[in-house]
Amino acid sequence: MSALKDVIGTCPQTKQQVIDTYFMEHRAKLVDIAAYLDRVDRGQGDDQKDFRATAFIRAIEILTDGETHRARRILNLLSDHTTTMAQSAEGMKGASGAVPLTDGGVA
Amino acid sequence: MSYIDPHIHMVSRTTDDYQRMAQAGCLAITEPAFWAGFDRSSAQGFFDYFRQLTEYEPKRAAQFGIQHFTWLCINPKEADDPGFAREVVSLIPDFLECPNVLGIGEIGLNKNTKNELIILEEQIALAEKYNQLVLVHTPHLEDKLKGTRLIMDALSASSLDPGRILIDHVEEHTVTEVLDRGFWAGMTLYPDTKVTPQRAADIIEMYGNERIWMNSAGDWGCSDPLAVPKAQLEMRRRGHAQASIDKVTLGNPKQFLSQSPNFKLK
Repeated sequence: MSALKDVIGTCPQTKQQVIDTYFMEHRAKLVDIAAYLDRVDRGQGDDQKDFRATAFIRAIEILTDGETHRARRILNLLSDHTTTMAQSAEGMKGASGAVPLTDGGVA
Repeated sequence: MSYIDPHIHMVSRTTDDYQRMAQAGCLAITEPAFWAGFDRSSAQGFFDYFRQLTEYEPKRAAQFGIQHFTWLCINPKEADDPGFAREVVSLIPDFLECPNVLGIGEIGLNKNTKNELIILEEQIALAEKYNQLVLVHTPHLEDKLKGTRLIMDALSASSLDPGRILIDHVEEHTVTEVLDRGFWAGMTLYPDTKVTPQRAADIIEMYGNERIWMNSAGDWGCSDPLAVPKAQLEMRRRGHAQASIDKVTLGNPKQFLSQSPNFKLK
């Protein structure tokens, strides 16, 4: 299931009603993202090539690529697509929310 | 509006939360065994925890007219030591006779390791042997997609009926595979991770309201024991029919849980 036609018209609201209902809430989230990126820029020290920051920028590109299922594609981008399994979790850190793009999927 | 919260860890919540949930329309909750935020040092710690889930919590919930049901297991985060995990698993059969136990859960994977998978398979075998329902935890964040697939493969290799298994914490990238393979799906409403009430409503709109429920999974972390009634309000403000709201927050949990002879809603 990937095409917009699979899910078009499934929200009970009209497009205008969706915007009326949710614009302010998501305007705030949009500004939060902008301020977060500004904060990274303003941080002390050299530019970091953190895999999470790289994945974040790639995810933002998905928002404006004109295709649907953005949430699913971003989650896929941020997911581990390797097939190997460690024997034990000993020494592993908690979840980081993203993977190096070499381990990530095609969004 | 009445509802069931089919996944919440009340041992980590205050009595005030029971009161607020009752005021919001909660009829019943089901509480899977989980990680306490730290690793327990002995199997005896689990014995005490299982007593808490089967003896103490039902009484605390009953003070507010809420029925309390539970699921027993060793959670995947503490299952990475197979020797220790087997000691805990050996305690479970005696507790399965308690009247509020619905099945084995929440079993699954945490970091998708071979050790975790071994214990998952042994707990699946336990569910087979005792003909129990199964509630499945899927890993967090970047580990979810891979872990969900590994778990479904392990379950499919057993004789368990997928219609008696609920795979929890689904999101947009896992929900279709879970439903397509015949399992039930649970959406967990968390403030920062998993899904928001808005996204839960989106998922229902895109993938339907059959074999799916929503829960708060409220615990000791950032979570909201009133997440389910908030999702009901979210669906209502979008114009969903009351029957559809009731189906995913009351009817579907009743349908799945009633497969256990111990689940009887008063």
